[in-house]
Amino acid sequence: MASNGSDLPPAAGRTPLRATADNALKIVVVGGFGVGKTTLVGSVSEIRPLNTEEVMTKAGEGIDPAGAWGKRSTTVAFDFGRITLSESQVLYLFGAPGQERFWFLWDRLFSGALGAVVLVDTRRLEDSWYAIDRLEHHGTPFIVARNNFGEPTHTLDQVREALDLSAEVPLVDCDARDRESGKRVLIELVRHLTALAEAEAAALPEARTAPEAPQAPVTLEYEESTP
Amino acid sequence: MNAGPVLPGRDDDPDRLYTITRGRSRSPENAFDLVTLLVAEREPAPGMQSEHVRILRMCEAPTAVVEVAAELALPVSVVKILLGDLLETGAITARHPRFAPTKARLPDLDTLKQVLHGLQRL
Repeated sequence: MASNGSDLPPAAGRTPLRATADNALKIVVVGGFGVGKTTLVGSVSEIRPLNTEEVMTKAGEGIDPAGAWGKRSTTVAFDFGRITLSESQVLYLFGAPGQERFWFLWDRLFSGALGAVVLVDTRRLEDSWYAIDRLEHHGTPFIVARNNFGEPTHTLDQVREALDLSAEVPLVDCDARDRESGKRVLIELVRHLTALAEAEAAALPEARTAPEAPQAPVTLEYEESTP
Repeated sequence: MNAGPVLPGRDDDPDRLYTITRGRSRSPENAFDLVTLLVAEREPAPGMQSEHVRILRMCEAPTAVVEVAAELALPVSVVKILLGDLLETGAITARHPRFAPTKARLPDLDTLKQVLHGLQRL
């Protein structure tokens, strides 16, 4: 799809999950056009990254089926890969379009993600401002990874300043094509989440308890509001 | 929001989507996350809609909603409608994500520890 730079064909020859898999987690990789989201997802994924799409309809249009599937809806495409973590747990990585016209994705499509990686290209840092703003606004924890295209021309401190990134948000270098490098980025995010969760647990000891029984997601309706 | 471009090579003809979903455009409320894992509980029955048959074949091993959508080359919301049919009749069961971030913003420490160990083993 032209709008996010991916043009992946449908799956051929699937690799099934283990029969014991019963809990899937999500991490979102977000960034501007051509920054290497699909490359990063692909370098750590156990399956070739797949592409799928969602149809978003505006308020009220869902009641008219022809309208909902018709010209008044918007199609957004995204890539994903997966990593089997254990007998029961599997992690899905989503390469999310970071452009402004996809703002509505943040609160809907990827709700429930553990956190996000903002992938930046220092030649086009402004492409990531919007994504960072949305993540901050939504309260989604994230780290920033600079995908190195050749010799870096800026220090990470200069990048941090240009992005107006607060000191608590980790900023790392990576090579999205390299599996070990991609792995380190994900580990950095999980460590950041752990530090945040520990700080929260220290502040509110009673709030951090074991997960409850599996439950259906609270809302996944795509309409703006129900008519 | 303007209508987005249609993926090349995909059949996004509204008439076709209308037919596949038998005119329905809303996925079942609260039924599926993008990564809800689906497991087939029975063999496809004769005369079943071809998409339902493909889903049941795929879900012989646990399969996430997004993977079904990618495999069928159909939008996620269309797939959720089809999955809703199968869930309703007991042909599939759903394993929902245990992490419910709408209640607590951060995942619990046990989950994070397991994710970290899993990533380190890669």
